[in-house]
Order: sequence, then C-alpha cells, then structure tokens
Amino acid sequence: MASFTKAGADTVLWNPGADAHDTISARTYGFWLYLLGDALIIAAVFACYAVLNNPLNANGGPLGKDFLSASKGMLQTFIVLGSVLSYSLATVALKRGSKLGVSLGMIGAILLAVVFLGIGLGDLAALSAAGDGFARSGYLSCFFTLILTHALHMGFGILWMLVMLVQVGVFGFTENVVARLLNLRMFWQFQASVWVVVYIYVYLFGGAH
Amino acid sequence: MQVAVDGPWSPLLGRLTLEAIPYTNPILLFTFAIAATAGIVVVGSVLYFRKVGYIWREWLCSVDHKRIGVMYMILGLVMLFRGFIDGVMMRTQQAIAIGPDSPGYLGAAHGYLPPYHFDQVYSAHGTLMLIFAATPLLTGLGNIIVPLQIGARDMAFPYLNAVSLWLTVAGALLCMISLFVGEFSNATWVGLMPFAELPSNPGVGVDYWMWALQISGLGTTFNAINIITTIVKMRAPGMGWFRVPVFTWVNMATAIIGVTAFPVLTAALAMLGLDRYVGTHFFSAGFGGNYMLYINLFWTWGHPEVYFLVLPAFGLISEIVSTFSAKSLFGYPTMIAASMGIAGVGWVVWAHHFFTMGMGPNLIGFFSAATMIVGIPTGVKAFNWVFTMFRGRITLATPMLWAITCILLLLVGGITGMMLSASVVDYTVHDSVFVVAHFHCMVLVIGGGVFAAVTYWWPKVFGFKLNETLGQWFFWTFVAGSVLVFVPMFMAGLDGETRRLDYLWDTSLRPLMLLEVVGIAVYFLSVFFFLAMIVVSLAKREPAEQDAWGTGRSLEWLTQTPVPFYNFAVTPQVHALDELSWRKANGLEKAQPSTYVPIHMPSSTGLPFIIGMLGFACTFALVWRIWWLAGASLLAIILLVIIRSFDKNEGYVLPAETIAAAERNLSTVSVIAEQSKVLPVGGHAEAH
Ligand code: HEM
Ligand SMILES: [Cu+2]
Repeated sequence: MASFTKAGADTVLWNPGADAHDTISARTYGFWLYLLGDALIIAAVFACYAVLNNPLNANGGPLGKDFLSASKGMLQTFIVLGSVLSYSLATVALKRGSKLGVSLGMIGAILLAVVFLGIGLGDLAALSAAGDGFARSGYLSCFFTLILTHALHMGFGILWMLVMLVQVGVFGFTENVVARLLNLRMFWQFQASVWVVVYIYVYLFGGAH
Repeated sequence: MQVAVDGPWSPLLGRLTLEAIPYTNPILLFTFAIAATAGIVVVGSVLYFRKVGYIWREWLCSVDHKRIGVMYMILGLVMLFRGFIDGVMMRTQQAIAIGPDSPGYLGAAHGYLPPYHFDQVYSAHGTLMLIFAATPLLTGLGNIIVPLQIGARDMAFPYLNAVSLWLTVAGALLCMISLFVGEFSNATWVGLMPFAELPSNPGVGVDYWMWALQISGLGTTFNAINIITTIVKMRAPGMGWFRVPVFTWVNMATAIIGVTAFPVLTAALAMLGLDRYVGTHFFSAGFGGNYMLYINLFWTWGHPEVYFLVLPAFGLISEIVSTFSAKSLFGYPTMIAASMGIAGVGWVVWAHHFFTMGMGPNLIGFFSAATMIVGIPTGVKAFNWVFTMFRGRITLATPMLWAITCILLLLVGGITGMMLSASVVDYTVHDSVFVVAHFHCMVLVIGGGVFAAVTYWWPKVFGFKLNETLGQWFFWTFVAGSVLVFVPMFMAGLDGETRRLDYLWDTSLRPLMLLEVVGIAVYFLSVFFFLAMIVVSLAKREPAEQDAWGTGRSLEWLTQTPVPFYNFAVTPQVHALDELSWRKANGLEKAQPSTYVPIHMPSSTGLPFIIGMLGFACTFALVWRIWWLAGASLLAIILLVIIRSFDKNEGYVLPAETIAAAERNLSTVSVIAEQSKVLPVGGHAEAH
C-alpha cells in the first residue's frame, strides 16, 4: 500500500493529456447515481405504503385489496414492458446509427406510455369520483402518491423522449445526444422496474399485510 | 384540490399581505436595520469599485470548483453568524426568564421573547446551523480540495456543481427572508409531528422551513453525485484506491450518505407538503394518518445526516494531524474502513432519537446496540490520530491546535453519545439539554475541523497565510467560550433542564445559565478575533510558498500557490499515497513538466445562477401560495434546462503556450532546465 518505491530513470512524473476523460462514461455513471437516489425516494414511499396498508389507516375507507384488479394491473405491466422493449429497439438502432430506427423506437415507447398513463390515471379518477380520493384516508393518500410518483416519472420520461426526438433529428448522433439517449434508456428501465415492484407489492400482495 | 387556509388569499399575491411584514416588532426592525446596512455596504462597494461585471463574470457565472467552493464557504460563514445570533438570543432569554419573579420586556411575560417567537428562534438556529452553515462549509471544502487532491482539472460535472451551489443559496435566502416577510417555523429543526401539520400550524413558518430544506437538499444530493463521480472517474494516473488521500475518502463516504439519505428527507418533506397543500393524511392525527411515520423517516435521514457532517471533519483532522506531525497517517486502511463503517452503521441507528416512543424492548435493544457499535470505528479513528502524533515532529500551528481540540471534543461528545445510547439513561435525559450539549460537542468537532481546514488550506487557495497570532487568539477564545457554554449545559441537563424552554421555573439553575451567558460573551470575542484575523491577513498578504506549511504531503501542495484556475498545468503521475512526500523523499519536489499540452476547460455560464434564483422564486411563491408565480418559475426552469441541452458550447481550449507562460510567471524557481539533467525522462509521457 504505502510501500516506498524509489524513483528511477524511467519514472514518469507527468502525464500530458491525461485529463481527457471519457465523458459518456462519467455521465452515465453520474446518472446511475441519480437513479440510486431516486430509488430511495421511491423506497421511502413504499415503506410508508407498508405501514399505512392497514385497516386502521383506511379510516373506514377501502384498502387496495378492495378495489385493485390484478389482471388489469397485469395488462398495464405488459404495456410498460412493451414500452421498454420499444426503447430497447431504439438503442439497437442506435448501434446501427439509424436515425429512423431510433425515432420509431422512441415513438413506440411514448405511445405505449401514454396508453399506460391513460389506464392508470383513469383508475385514479374513477376512485376519486366514487368518493375514495386521496384525502379520504392515510392509506389512500399513500396509494395515490405511489401511483402518481411513478406516473410523474413516466411523464418526465415522455417529455425527455420528445426532446430527444428533436435532437436526434437536428444534431444526429453527437456525443451529447448519445450520452442522453443512454441515460434515458436507464431511466426508462428504472421507471419500468418501479412499476413492476408496484405491481407485485401493491397489486399482487395487496390483500396481505 | 388545494386545502383552505386561514386568512385572506388573493390570486395575485397569495397569502402575502402587508401584515406579513413584522414592522411592529422592535427586535426584527433592529435586525432589518443591520441586514439592510450590511446589504447596502456590500452592494454599494461593489457599485463604487465598479465590480459588478467582475462579480457576475468571475463569480456568479463561474463553474470553477474552487470559486464555487469559496462561495459555499462564504455562505456557510454568513449563516454561521446568523445562527450564532439566534444562539445569543436563546441564551440571553434563558438567563433573564428564570423563576416567576423574573422581569418581562417587549410584551413577553418573562424575558424579552414571547414563547412563539422563542420557538422560531431555536427552530431557525438548528436549521441554519446544520443545513446552511455546517453543510455548505464542508461541501465548500470538499469542492475545493477533492479535485486538487486527486489531480483532477475540475469536478466531473462543473455545471451541475454550480447548480448545486445556487440551489443551496436559494434555501438560505428563503430562511433569511422569513425574518422580514412572515415568520419561520416554530416546530423545531426536525419538524415535530403532528404539530407541523396545517391544522395545528396554519401559518407560513413551517412552509418556509420545509421548502428551505427541500431545495437545499436537492443541491446537496446533486453535489454528492458529483463528488462520487469525480472521485471514481477523474483520479490522476497511478492513483489506485489505496493511494487516495484520506480527506477524499471521507468525502466519498459522505457523498454516499448524501445520495442515499437525502432522498429519504426529500420524500418525507414531500409527504408533509402534500399534507399541508392538498390535504392528504400521511401524518395527520386521525384520518388514518401516522405521525410516527414522519419521525422515523426524518431520522432515517437525520442520523446519517449527522455522520454526513462529521465524517468530512474526521478527514480534515486526519490530514492536519499527519501534516503537522510530519508523519504519514497511522492506520490509513483502517481509517478508510472506519469511515465506510460509520457511514454504513449510521443507517441502522435512527430510532435512538426516540427510544421513548414506546417501541418495545426488542427494537430498543437492537437500536441501542447498533448505536454503541458506532463507537468502535469512531474509537479506531481517535486512536489512529493519537498514534499518528506519537513520536511525530509536532508543530503546534493553529490548524494543529484546532485538530487536537477536535479529538478531545470528539471524546466528550462520543462518550456522552454512548451514555445516551443506553436506553435506560436516555429515558431520564431525553429531551433535556444534556442531549443538546452532547450534539454540540459533535457539532463543535465540525466547527473546529472547518476552522482548522480554513487556516490550513487558505494559503493554497489565496496565496497568503492567515495571521498566526490572531488565529491563536481566535482559537483560545472560541475554546474558552465553548467550555463555558457547554459544561454548564451538561450539568443543567443532568439536573433536569428540559430543552427548548423560553422560561425556567427552577431558580437553582440560575448560576449555570449565567455561566453560559459569560460563555456566549467570550464567543463574541472570538468572532471579533476571527474577523480581525481575516482583515489583518488580507492587509498584509505575505505570499505563501507552494508547500505553505513545509510539511505538505498530498497532491494539492504540488501545484502552484495560489492554485491556477486550471489546477495542474500537466496532470501528475501518482506513485504513493502521500505523493508530495514521496517526491520529497526522492528529491523531486521541485520537478516541473517539460512539455505542456492544450487544456480543455468548461465555459462559464450564468444559467446555474438563474436556475437557483428561479428556484428561490418558485419556493417563495409556494410558501405564500402564489400559484401563478410558482408555476411560471418551475416552467421557466424546465424550459431553460431544455434550451441549454440544445446549446452546442463545448467549452474552450487553453493553448499550451498560454499555460507555459502562466507557469513561468507563477513559479518562483525556474527548475525546468536543471531538472532535465537530474531526471532523464523528466515529465514525459513517452513511457506510456
Ligand atoms: C459515537 C457516536 C454517537 C452516539 C453514540 C450518539 C448517540 C446519540 C443519541 C442516543 C441521541 C439521542 C438522544 C435523545 O434525543 O434522547 C443523540 C442525539 C443527537 N446526536 Fe448523537 N451520537 C453520536 C454521534 C453524533 C454525531 C457525530 C453527531 C453530529 C455530528 C451527533 C448529533 C446528534 C444530534 C444533532 C442529536 C439530537 C438531535 C435532536 O434531537 O435535535 N451525534 N446522539
Ligand atoms: Cu443519531
């Protein structure tokens, strides 16, 4: 470790040009760290969900097991995964350098995401209309927050893809654009993983606590 | 969806009315007069000396990690002063308001602060000191030193670095403006629940506190991401993990806490915000809410946060002890393991902040034991410092005095912490000022570490040393003040003084309270000596050498003093943990590169500053429920981020000749010619 090596004739003291770092790898690494932090926000909401998923906290209102449909959730899961698949096809096209392929992949991802959001938000709206909105109970507050936190991530991803559609068209595959496309891929997969956990934890285990 | 709030509301100004400005309160008027004068002096002198352009271009738009670090530290010092004044108010209030016969002034029954105002003072004190003084001071140091210690050109993301700074500034501004527009939280720095919920706390105070924490927390998280990426990706060639200086290592540990713990706070505050703004029931009393949930989430962040603060201080002590003992750090690998251990165990001890909640013997047992385990790595550190000093050639320069004091304070703070971790003891002293004294010992370790570090690295950043004599006066008065304030506080705590009291019924506490006031007066002296130290040193400006203390060990002392904006003209090759010591041992400390290559630098930009100020506007608008302004500034931020992503500015290139010329002017000795004789391949990359 701290072993002492004597300087010799071939000792190199300076490295001209060594500061040229691989910016794409730094950016994807940094973004990965951001996702780590984001995952902890979501973990905190899940922790709350675990605590509040309890008849005491339903305040006389419904718990998830009373209104959630596992098969509808399954449909949503397939849509999210389909959206991720579509984006993955975009990254395959990125390897080939095909602007058209990347754009089509992203458009597919956006469309599926919009369908997903339509179903999810529609469910929340129906719940509110039936008098079980987020202000009904501690449990429903947390349920709405969990679903909407995920939806917010999706919305943000959609906005990001729209911007990238323009940038791919305008700039082509410059270093900046490629770094962003790679980060967006991580983000999109992250968002889908969150949904899968929501599905398992809320929809499938919803009744048990 | 918005919940109804008390009082008037208008679409244009939200809840903001003229009544929000407390012009009838003499204390706040006085504060305002001082703040306004200070503001006028600063702005006036900037205008008078025609420095507006300079400040804007060279500072507000800067993405240079050193400048950003210096701005962080200025922010931290200003907030430290404001927090100190809050402390003075609490001490004087408690010294007056003892016993039923104690006098009352300015409308207070006892003392001069009515309970509601007193509550705001201590809530602001805690928030400011931890979040807006300690955190920026340490972040600033990390910003300045970490890239230098690893031989990097800048942080991995210079632009994000500036954004982090200005988000933190926005939070601080929010706290400051709450003095003069509206009020600050009276629900303590931790946010007592359900007291901080809207039904029991309908004013804007809690909102100020919440948004200030929220926006600065965002900045801190970004900064942590930046630090980790910098350390992982930008180390100079040859710097393997076991050659990374210890201060950089602790920054790594701290940043890991930053990325993982701060999001939990973000989530907890966001839920509180939802409760207060749209009427959810996360933490409500009733409606199926659970307020212990908040307390758990808060301390899930809160305890790692205290290690987030103290670990950098441990790193500073390590650097300084080893430099001023002229020895390499004893037990370097154990130091790293201890830092990581503390960061890790810090995650599973949070419930020791509320043993009294009634969690049952099993949980208490677990959290009690886990808390005690933290003492092991902490002890390892203390022993390592002592063994570093053992048989070293110790120079008692000011930084070393601070560092040794920190070790003693750590001992007192750590041992009282151990006492508190035993739940039986905690049941008797919980929420007494004994706890306050415990964590102030720890926080003083941070303060002392920062003062040590400022004295130590000042010459590296500014090119001249701070005045030693005044520095020592500052040190001794500060230490005397600390002893006078906190020893009586430990005693009062054991005697049963509950914390957060604006009125003390127990007159037997009077002598202790008076001692604490004497301590505060001595602190005032230390503030004077601090300012005198800065002023005198600025006036004298005796140029410092490249290796200002003569016993520097790590890379930052290898580059010019003051550090040029490009840090290292040529990236050094690293051969040992203490690279400079290694070069000294080989007689190479004067070796200069023989060739220069162009350097790619990021361009300055005003965007981070604008984003920060928009963030301030947005949160201020949210505090007062001015929806249009909040929406507009948020939208503006999003649009600016998108527009910037279309900007093709890739920075600029500094030509090799410019660097060579700059280096020639900077270096005191021209050793380049001689060096090539001594060193056959002096500084060429041919071997690569
Ligand atoms: C050996 C390490 C430590 C141990 C065993 C320890 C233990 C404890 C315990 C058990 C409490 C809860 C007391 C109560 O509220 O009844 C406490 C409070 C506190 N400690 Fe420590 N502590 C340690 C180190 C630190 C450090 C390094 C810091 C800060 C840099 C710190 C800051 C605090 C703060 C801020 C509080 C009280 C917060 C509040 O209630 O407002 N502690 N400590
Ligand atoms: Cu703790």
